[in-house]
Amino acid sequence: MKLPFRVEIEQRTRDIPKWMPFVTSLSAVILAFIISGIILAVIGGNPFQVYAYFFTAAFGSWGALSDVIVKATPLLLIGLGCGLAFKMKLWNIGAEGQFYIGAFCASLVVLVPLVPLETTPKFLVLLLMGLLGMIGGAIYGLIPGILKAKFNVSEIITTLMLNYIAVNWNNYWIFGKFSDAGFQMTPTFDKVAWLPRLSDLAKQYRVFSGITLHLGVVFGLVAAIIIWLIVRYSRWGYEINLIGDNPRAARYAGINITRNIVLVFMVSGALAGLAGMSEVTGVVHRLQERISTNYGFSGVIVAWLAKLNPFATILVSFLFGALIVAGREIQPSGLSFFIQGTILFLVISSDVLLRYRIRILRQTRETA
Amino acid sequence: MTTMPPDMPNAVEMRNIVLRFPGVLANDHVDFTLKRGEIHALLGENGAGKSTLMNILAGLYKPNSGSITINGEQVNLNSPRDAIARGIGMVHQHFMLVPTHTVTENILLGLRQPRFFMNLPRYDRHVQALQEQFGLKVDPTAKIWQLSVGEQQRVEILKTLYRGAQIVILDEPTAVLAPHEIEDLMHTMRSMVAQGKSIVFISHKLNEVTAVADRLSVLRKGRVTADGISLAGVTKEMLAELMVGRKVIFQVEKKVQPPGELVLKVEKVSALNNKGLPALKEISLHVRQGEILGIAGIAGNGQSELAEVITGLRPCQGRILIQDEDVANQSPKRSISQGAAHIPEDRTGVGSAPHMDITGNLMMKNFDQQPISHGWRIDFASARNQATRLKGTYDIQAPSIHTAAAKLSGGNLQKVILAREISGGPRLIIAMQPTRGLDVGAIESIQKLLLEQRSNQAAILLISEELDELLELSDRVAVIYEGRIVGEVDPQGADINSIGLMMTGAQGAKT
Amino acid sequence: MNLEVILRAGLSTGTILIFAAIGEILTERAGIQNLGVEGMMLLGAMAAFKTSLATGSPWLGLLAGIAAGGILSLAHGLVTIHFQADQVVSGLSLSFLGTGLALVLGEGLTGQNAPLIPTADFPLLSRIPYIGPIFFTNFNILVYVGYLFIPLAWFFIYRTRPGMHLRAVGEKPSAADTLGVNVYAVRYFYTFIGGCLAGLAGATISIAVSPGWYSNLTTSGQGWIAVALVIFAQWNPLRAALGGYLFGMLRRFMLDLQGPMVLLGMRNPFFYDHNLVFFLQMTPFILTIVALVWGSRAAMRKRLGAPAALGVPYVRGERGL
Repeated sequence: MKLPFRVEIEQRTRDIPKWMPFVTSLSAVILAFIISGIILAVIGGNPFQVYAYFFTAAFGSWGALSDVIVKATPLLLIGLGCGLAFKMKLWNIGAEGQFYIGAFCASLVVLVPLVPLETTPKFLVLLLMGLLGMIGGAIYGLIPGILKAKFNVSEIITTLMLNYIAVNWNNYWIFGKFSDAGFQMTPTFDKVAWLPRLSDLAKQYRVFSGITLHLGVVFGLVAAIIIWLIVRYSRWGYEINLIGDNPRAARYAGINITRNIVLVFMVSGALAGLAGMSEVTGVVHRLQERISTNYGFSGVIVAWLAKLNPFATILVSFLFGALIVAGREIQPSGLSFFIQGTILFLVISSDVLLRYRIRILRQTRETA
Repeated sequence: MTTMPPDMPNAVEMRNIVLRFPGVLANDHVDFTLKRGEIHALLGENGAGKSTLMNILAGLYKPNSGSITINGEQVNLNSPRDAIARGIGMVHQHFMLVPTHTVTENILLGLRQPRFFMNLPRYDRHVQALQEQFGLKVDPTAKIWQLSVGEQQRVEILKTLYRGAQIVILDEPTAVLAPHEIEDLMHTMRSMVAQGKSIVFISHKLNEVTAVADRLSVLRKGRVTADGISLAGVTKEMLAELMVGRKVIFQVEKKVQPPGELVLKVEKVSALNNKGLPALKEISLHVRQGEILGIAGIAGNGQSELAEVITGLRPCQGRILIQDEDVANQSPKRSISQGAAHIPEDRTGVGSAPHMDITGNLMMKNFDQQPISHGWRIDFASARNQATRLKGTYDIQAPSIHTAAAKLSGGNLQKVILAREISGGPRLIIAMQPTRGLDVGAIESIQKLLLEQRSNQAAILLISEELDELLELSDRVAVIYEGRIVGEVDPQGADINSIGLMMTGAQGAKT
Repeated sequence: MNLEVILRAGLSTGTILIFAAIGEILTERAGIQNLGVEGMMLLGAMAAFKTSLATGSPWLGLLAGIAAGGILSLAHGLVTIHFQADQVVSGLSLSFLGTGLALVLGEGLTGQNAPLIPTADFPLLSRIPYIGPIFFTNFNILVYVGYLFIPLAWFFIYRTRPGMHLRAVGEKPSAADTLGVNVYAVRYFYTFIGGCLAGLAGATISIAVSPGWYSNLTTSGQGWIAVALVIFAQWNPLRAALGGYLFGMLRRFMLDLQGPMVLLGMRNPFFYDHNLVFFLQMTPFILTIVALVWGSRAAMRKRLGAPAALGVPYVRGERGL
């Protein structure tokens, strides 16, 4: 049966309108939710109920909103760091590990302790923790960076392996030396090591009582601005863009690729480490076994969904923060992970629409 | 040339072929006829659509409309398998050989025999027999990466013969051969025709075509400008005009000027290639101000490595002096700071960043200097000024300075690279295959630009596989063979044959 | 600590890595990098366990596990071969997706007992003195399948015509294409096979060698280790087998380290400080990195490499060469 029309797929030659990538990404997200809803229905849940609950759980109150931002903060930092690495086609899947090591190093200030906690002013303690968090993350990012730069070892695998190593490293210390009376966590940090949060101002402003939004979000926003400035306006940003686009051309232009690989990994690691510090000082106030609900992997997805744009990263991390907050309440627990994987998969599938056009043509005599 | 009875059907008849790619009409209602037992040359400059047309015949592309008839029977070629089944074999310009496999394995690729278990020694013998039949010597058990380019081409031809191809298409076969190897190829073609085959010979080189073809057709910008004309009374100038559409002058304006001071001195430099084998063996040469030194040689004799050691992209032993400073084994920035400019042979793979716009590509050399950057920041207004200025000066055809490099044509991309490299008034230019793959208009522009730089007292090292171009542009021509300079000639009155012999190592002489 | 016990444990658990690694070798030899192995493995493990539990037949479970991995890999194939999306991101996303899906559909399976693939002695060979009892007795059947699979895979890749086509497609797809080999079909096929084998590896865990479902601890990173193993093996099934069995032995060895109070004539630190187990748990991952570095350096030295077209989408006839 010959159809009166045919479908032709051809490469685009003209530039795509600016809104297109945004629309395709959004469609991918919506489609992912639909698919997940179907899976939910298949196993006996009620997707509509669940999604409605999502909404109230995430946006229903100021408290919920604050929770979303709190969850979004580490995603933002990690998303920014991963986004920078991805620009150079360096797959930093090790944000999870860098997060844990950053948390660990920051916690050392309190656990050893590295400074006398009673007499040191708060901002100094927090500054030190922040620095150590970033340094720890940077060093942990350095390892895969050097291995990639010098030996061209796949950074995907090394960073993944380092994730498992970091978790075990942390566990050793919190089960052992720093443990709180044999429990799998350290004692709660002294108040001086708590990141300021809005509920601290509850005495003056009643409305802030119970709002756990902490300073970490400011770290994230500042980092986003800095990264944006670097990538768009700086010399280093130009180098990163060039290396990501064509490393051979970058070499031929005299750019030191090895140095840049290591540097970018260190920055990426530092941001993940800072996220770790922000989580232990702003949210859990101790070092424990599970301080990350897969922030490292979700951060990768956030970066990709935001198409490596720092400001889009802010938006997307907010969305994913909502997903995590809402996902806490629903069963089964793997669903949120599934949704995230599906979103990423659909986003990259939809990218094909940005490169190819689908045209439906009337079958003419010439082509029949 | 064998004569065929007049009522024998034509080997190939292509009628009204139309093929569109995104953004370009590659074949515009093309007619093409190949008679049985003839050698038919298909001429046209780069981008004219001749390879595309033959790719259609080989089953790689499907035309949007038009018909193909093989030996009187209309056919639908939906894939290379169909074409092979119909007796069509194509030797591509860029060899389609698997480097890590042996000759025999490459010949057997895609065939249904052997059924399951590979019994290579038996097939090695088959290949050996075929070689003897056509006089194409090559070791069946050798791996492709071990073979010379000429030998690899023989493997490609054997591939088609093994499949019993009666219609053989050769796409720019002489581009990679030395002059006397071209003779051998012509001999092979004649012997193939004597055994009943019909050949299409694609080329843009007028001399070769006139030497061996029975009839020829010319394509220009996708359309036929000469359809199967005989060679009687056809001159080079007529052909050139059919190819380009206007009168082509074969002379370049080159002033005679005495060379100045020494700019580049390469002293006994040795280097390894990517496989760890010696590519340069104590090579020495020098270039002076206002002089073009042409390096002739077949691809793979150390040219790429030579350009790379000079520009700091490859480690080496020995000394490389640019303006009396040794830049060997240092970063590319060092040779750049000594006034070197490098036009790489790979426009897209090395010379440009495809997703970056023209502005970004033009600042690749000076992005870390004033006025393009101040400290850590890049002054984009200044970068845009530079881009606009260079776009005008070098006549780069593109919608704007924000167009991505990947969207530019080959000629315009090469102009971008040249603009970037030359606009800084370099002391030394290393130009590798600067006009490869470009149409005549672009070739003229690029050659003009190089000669201008020569007038500006730049020293130019011109590495090219187009012997004609080298002889036209250079003040001196040196021949490189297996990593050494084996001879030097004066382009005025140079003997092509002796150069050819030097290119294949048969004769080493300094004139 | 008994060498024989460690060896046997290695042969057993190594089988898991080997199935997954050889699957990935086939896929990568065709030019496609599939990083979704971990997700496909976990999904396969869940599917095998759940089906075996539901139907009472471990064989159906095995089939389900294989199918699960295969189907997921088809998605990878579609996106990377047809849509030419980035292979790394596609693989990673499918790993998340597969893991998530396995966790969702695997709710409630922890602690259950499903019918398992039986253990047996290998006929005849188990009676050879010395070697028989060690290598051919009392192993899960899938371990024996693994034994046979390794030389078969090697032979297929290097000594058969389809194997030659496979290698050609991964090294220089354009050469294969112009001679009539359907590059897309070949890549799809081997991506699918790779996914099936990853699913088989997962099934080998949950209904054969390490029975049970422990949500994502079921695989605990072995999928990633398998991918690393491919690089270390330089895309050769024999080397992959060696690496897989060695890794298996290592895991057992680490477990055994914690047992005795005295080790090599000294106080066994692993016995006295139980938290040191975490360092032991790190070892496979550290070793993977070491193996990877070693493999990369060896490759650089011998100038061997990955299949040349690995990770590069194939588009016929790029114009403007």
